[in-house]
Amino acid sequence: MNNSTNKKIAYGVLLILALAAPFGLYPVFLMKMLCFALFACAFNLLIGYTGLLSFGHAAFFGGAGYVAGQALQAWGLPTEVGLLLGTAAGALIGLVMGLLAIRRQGIYFTMITLALAQMLYFVALQAPFTGGEDGLQGIPRGHLLGFIDLSNDLTMYYVVLAIVIAAFALIVRIIHSPFGQVLKAIKENEPRAISLGYDIDRYKLLAFVLSAALTGLAGSTKALVLGFETLTDVHWTMSGLVVLMTLVGGLGTTVGPIVGAVIIVMLENKLGDIGNWLASVTHIDWFSTLGDSVTIVTGFIFIVCVLSFRRGIVGEILHLFKRSSTAAH
Amino acid sequence: MELFGIPLQALLSQLLLGLVNGSFYAMLSLGLAVIFGLLNVINFAHGTLYMLGAFTAWIGLSYFGINYWFMLILAPLIVGLFGILIEKTMLRWLYKLDHVYGLLLTFGITLMVEGIFRSIYGVSGQPYSVPDALQGATNLGFMVLPNYRAWVVLASLTVCFSTWFVIEKTRLGAYLRAGTENPKLVEAFGINVPLMVTLTYGFGVALAAFAGVLAAPVIQVSPLMGSNLIIVVFAVVVIGGMGSILGSILTGLGLGVVEGLTRVFYPELSATVVFIIMAIVLMIRPAGLFGKEK
Repeated sequence: MNNSTNKKIAYGVLLILALAAPFGLYPVFLMKMLCFALFACAFNLLIGYTGLLSFGHAAFFGGAGYVAGQALQAWGLPTEVGLLLGTAAGALIGLVMGLLAIRRQGIYFTMITLALAQMLYFVALQAPFTGGEDGLQGIPRGHLLGFIDLSNDLTMYYVVLAIVIAAFALIVRIIHSPFGQVLKAIKENEPRAISLGYDIDRYKLLAFVLSAALTGLAGSTKALVLGFETLTDVHWTMSGLVVLMTLVGGLGTTVGPIVGAVIIVMLENKLGDIGNWLASVTHIDWFSTLGDSVTIVTGFIFIVCVLSFRRGIVGEILHLFKRSSTAAH
Repeated sequence: MELFGIPLQALLSQLLLGLVNGSFYAMLSLGLAVIFGLLNVINFAHGTLYMLGAFTAWIGLSYFGINYWFMLILAPLIVGLFGILIEKTMLRWLYKLDHVYGLLLTFGITLMVEGIFRSIYGVSGQPYSVPDALQGATNLGFMVLPNYRAWVVLASLTVCFSTWFVIEKTRLGAYLRAGTENPKLVEAFGINVPLMVTLTYGFGVALAAFAGVLAAPVIQVSPLMGSNLIIVVFAVVVIGGMGSILGSILTGLGLGVVEGLTRVFYPELSATVVFIIMAIVLMIRPAGLFGKEK
């Protein structure tokens, strides 16, 4: 069995799981998971394939959510226009942030994205239309293209699934395009890419804007699904969370971020139950408070991943496959 | 007396508050720069260690009755030891990897420590009173100077410039600067570089904790005080560039003052002014005010 049939089978299984999932699990929870999966994939386009670590992706995610929410709620625009506006907002914030951040390399790049995202956080805190601490409430789902009623959770789920699959296909296409190959070259050896005549700043900026736009799509879809948008989405912890999802799943692998997002979202939701179970097994009462201290656990996973699990789950599996296939030859 | 339509007293007191904040920026960015120079690690946990310094002081006073002056020495020592533990057990394994892993590790430490303190003390601040000797204010004629704030500025300036003196003017500092340039060569001369690295991290961390103790009576001691500050300090570091010790100190103080003045003239912008300055500096002089162009 060669590599590409393996891949097709894996994608097929994922697709069947995704299609059948809402019959076993709560659709809104699944949609949230899908939005985060897209968020992580968009983020991975930057860190995994261009080698740029952004710590400011919350700005695109939450910023787009606010714009989409405002367009749907206050301006009463159609659903698809709201999503498009949110995506455009993500791209625009990405363009401004990217233009400033690519002026510095390495660790400075990360610090700049973090600082600029924090600036947007303060703007969201003070601006009149974001609702400050309360957030933007009651965003209507409306009708897609005028006739698909999205108030039904199951319909909404399949629409979100279609959006995420389309965006994922686009990301895979970008990675395998000549443009994606240049990005990989920049990641592997930047001076070499320059000496080959590539204007690397333009490539970096385009990758940054693409990642920001797709993150914007994820953010506005999430706002549409949940019907509200809050400061949590623009806070720096959200930027950290998407780094964690990608890291757990596997940096620079195609499906890794999806796996990571599913695990982290599930963990955040089920941590209370896990804590109660641990408390009943070990008789240590402290575990039952685990549900309130998600950050302790995410921090712990961060530390473990960085110290001993840098390939991530999917990366580790691929590595095993590669080793066994080279051993067979 | 008025200046630009603002009462002089209000202007000067905001200026002083700006200097107080600026001293915290200076001490934290100085520590970040020293650590980055030798370890090539951006210490995201710096804000959390500053918070730990403040909390150690608070815990010392409220559980053990140890007063401010002892804690000013003791807290940096305790937190510095904690830093050494982090370096010895975790950071050490990442030096050969890409710089981002150091940032991610210290980010994880931040989340964990902050989460633990939040689950114990909640998000509300704990009050810490100003030590008796520094209570009250001195009337200088043109303004009333709160004694404690004056002490904070004085103490941090002393610490910052002593650090500058040690690094730039002494033999120990010469080893440190050489280690920053070429650690392998320095090691070949028989200097214990790994020990130097550990102690440098410990020192940078202790500096953050010292700032934390100084900050405890000015702002309420809360688990979130560090992470809110560290992002501003990152912007300060981007503006100043990490190449120069004196540059870090001056940039930190200067930005604190600018922030204080913004609070007087246009309060809506006071939370974002440092980030706006960062954007402008990036456009005009990408390497930072004191950075060297590569």
